[in-house]
Formats: sequence, structure tokens, C-alpha cells
Amino acid sequence: MTDNATVLLDESGIKRALTRISHEILERNKGVQDLVLIGIRSGGAFLAEEIGRSIEVIEGGAVPVGSVDITLYRDDIKSQVPHLPVGKTDITFSLEGKKVVLVDDVLYTGRTIRAAMDALMDHGRPRSIQLAVLIDRGHRELPIRADFVGRNVPTSTKENVALIFNSNNQPIEVVLEK
Amino acid sequence: MAEFKHRDIIALRDLTKEEIELLISTAENMREINSRAIKKVPTLRGKTIINLFYEASTRTRTSFEIAAKRLSADTVNISPSTSSSTKGETLADTALNLLAMKPDIIVMRHAVSGAHYFLAKKVSCSIINAGDGAHEHPSQGLLDMLTMKDRFGRLDGLKVAIVGDITHSRVARSDIQGLTKMGSHVYLAGPPTMMPPCVERLGNVTVCSTMKEAIQDADVVMMLRIQQERQGKTLMPNAREYSRYFGLNPDNLKLAKPNAMVMHPGPINRGVEMSSYVVDGSQSHILKQVENGVAVRMSMLYHVCGGELE
Repeated sequence: MTDNATVLLDESGIKRALTRISHEILERNKGVQDLVLIGIRSGGAFLAEEIGRSIEVIEGGAVPVGSVDITLYRDDIKSQVPHLPVGKTDITFSLEGKKVVLVDDVLYTGRTIRAAMDALMDHGRPRSIQLAVLIDRGHRELPIRADFVGRNVPTSTKENVALIFNSNNQPIEVVLEK
Repeated sequence: MAEFKHRDIIALRDLTKEEIELLISTAENMREINSRAIKKVPTLRGKTIINLFYEASTRTRTSFEIAAKRLSADTVNISPSTSSSTKGETLADTALNLLAMKPDIIVMRHAVSGAHYFLAKKVSCSIINAGDGAHEHPSQGLLDMLTMKDRFGRLDGLKVAIVGDITHSRVARSDIQGLTKMGSHVYLAGPPTMMPPCVERLGNVTVCSTMKEAIQDADVVMMLRIQQERQGKTLMPNAREYSRYFGLNPDNLKLAKPNAMVMHPGPINRGVEMSSYVVDGSQSHILKQVENGVAVRMSMLYHVCGGELE
């Protein structure tokens, strides 16, 4: 961590936020019936796994968890030279008629979420898509909002918000870098 | 992670190990698209791809066309029987005319080795080689490596036997270039009339005097097609004799490792380079190769579109 970075959430803060989000997801959806979690690679995929584990502890029923890579759906693909590496989309179950909770680490312009929703639609027709994010930093460029938010953080566009993982791919903190 | 900065893919010889790994890993991750209900992503929307095939091809052309369509690019197929080359137009003139229609990629197959390097100097769009003479067939080399990686999880240290007409085989050249870069050990066997002199210079390969020596304890046995259209009648006495010394059958396949992979770039001459028992047997991965072809070609199209255009 550099000197001009502020810790927004530490490890236990992340855990508490995810536990609260898990409760809210269950409350809104009245249990785990038809519920699936899809994390956006790479940060969101780990958080979706965490929320999945947490829901299982709370409710006693498992929720299918998948991940989506949005590289091929980006709207700025033409300006990415050379093209970005493509990650693996791992959705081994049908989304037809499911209540999908899309999970991402940081909500910013909303363009990633737009791309992820397009990707999900190509896997079937979900009954609904809800959005859970750990951090909402504002500056939306599309009409998109989150249903479940870990923490709202007012930021300037010059700053950067990053979820930091340890070597075991466990999220350990969220930092704001100037 | 490596970056792919080439405008063209003409030969695996021109790529580094890291670039080949990137092309293969992208193909692995794109495979998921091919098993969905909606087999399409919007990535290359608005791009135009021309398939210019001066030589007959069903598998490769169809595979490139499907790959382009699954990435949402628009494709146009041009083959010699319908093109103006039969009216005497040169390759350069054809290319400049096509260029006037603003394609983003030209995928070409041509009978002359190196034709793509000539074309790349003439045009500003990307060029992908779908086979040039006896030079290279990079998409086949990549899909062969992906199919081997699926099975073994690695390419490093594998013993790969390539058997048949090495001289006329662009598949063999791409396989040798790619596999030796990835650390596999390549053993070649074929009639002396079909073994190019100084083939060792292509990479770390061992030339065997008999087929037995090449396939002994091999992890992969890659059989090549006898290319009747390319070779004269003087290279082998007849198909039966060829089959006896260089054909793969259930008996000599036992020399390879138990459960060794059997591969063939197709189309197969059943009963010549391979017996039907082997083609249809449990060790055959020939249809897996075709399946992987689409994903590999999607990866190639994706990465050249992001290559640096000067």
C-alpha cells in the first residue's frame, strides 16, 4: 500500500458487508428458490463465492455460483490495442427463469454491468437480474443502479478504488488511491 | 501476461512461445461460446472478413467462417472457380481490388509458399494464413497443440511422432515450429523420398529411419495425409506398399504409450495412412481436432484485430 492510499474496508469490514448483503439478498428474494449468483471476473467472482458460502450458512441451502468474463462484450474493444486477454466464463447451469444476482467489486461507470447483462442474456432469459456491489463510487455513465451495496464512497474520477487480494485469492482490503 | 502485437498471423515461426500460449489460452476460454444456445458474442461487430481460398478446402474455410460469425464479423467467401483469377488477374491485383472494399482481415489459402508475405506488403488489412503451399498452416498447428494440451494438460516434454509425407506437409511444418517452441520432442518418420533434407533446421526434431522408431513410447501419433494432388507418381510405388511401411494400424499403435493420442489433420485416406480401426478407435482424437478448430480460429481473429496497425 502506498502513502497516498486510504483503506476503505479492511478484511473484517469486507466480511461484515458481504454478510449483510447476503441477508438482504435472502430477504428480497424470500429464500434461495431459483436464486443464482454470477460474479464478474475477476474481483466479483471471488465475492460471489463468498456470498454463496455465507448464504449457505444462513439458510442451509446451497446457491449455484457462476462467473462471467465480459472482455468479449466490452464497448471499448476497438480502443484496446492490443486486445485484452479473454478470461473463462463459467456458468454450468441454465439461467432460464432464474433470479440472477450479479456480483461485482466496484460499481463505477456502469459499463461493465451493461456488458455483463448482455453476456447473461446470451445464456438464456433470466426472470430478473439484481446487482450486488461491494463499493459504489458514483460517476455513472449509464442508467444503472445497484440493489445491494457494501459501502457508498464519494470519489473523484482521478482516484482509483481497488479490491486487494492476498496470495490465496482472499479479499483483504479495499483501498482508495489518489 | 503476454500481449499479441502482430497485425498478421502467417507462420508459427514468427510467434514467440508466449504469443502461442496466449492464442491457445484465449481459444480455451472461447470454447464456452460454442456450447451455448446462443453461439455468438458481439466482439467483432462491424468487421469484415474475406475468406480468399485459392485451393480447395471444406473444413478450414467453414471453420474460419463459423469462427468469424460467432464473433459477429461479416464474412465473404471467394474461391477460384468464382473469382477473376481464372480470367488471369494476378494475386496483387485481386488483393488491391478486395482492399478497395475495406476488409479488416483477409484469410487466405494459396498454393504458393510465402504468398502471404507478399500479400502482407501490398495491403493494409490483417492477413491470416489458412495454408500456403508446403510452408505453414498455423491454425492447424494451434488446434493440434490445443487438442494435445486438453489431454495432457501440458505440451512440455511430450513425445510427438509425425509420420508421412513431411516434404509436402504444411501441417507438419506448423506443428514442428509450434511444438518445439513449447518444449515437446518431435520425431519424424516417412519414406526417404518424402523427408526434406536438413529438416532438423526447423527446430529440435529427430528424424527416424523407421516408423517403429518414431512411434515407440510416443504420447501422440500424428499421421499425415498422402497428398496425391501435390506429389508426382515417383515418390512412392503404390498405396499398399506405403501402407505396409508407414500406415498406422492397431498392431503398430501398441508400440506407442498405452492410450496414446492418435491425430490426423484430415481429410483421411482410409486404409492408406491409417486403418479404419484406428480412425474410429478409442484413441482417435480426430473429431476433437475439428471441434477445437473453431475456437482456435476465433482466438486468431480476435487477436489480429487488436494487433498494431501502422
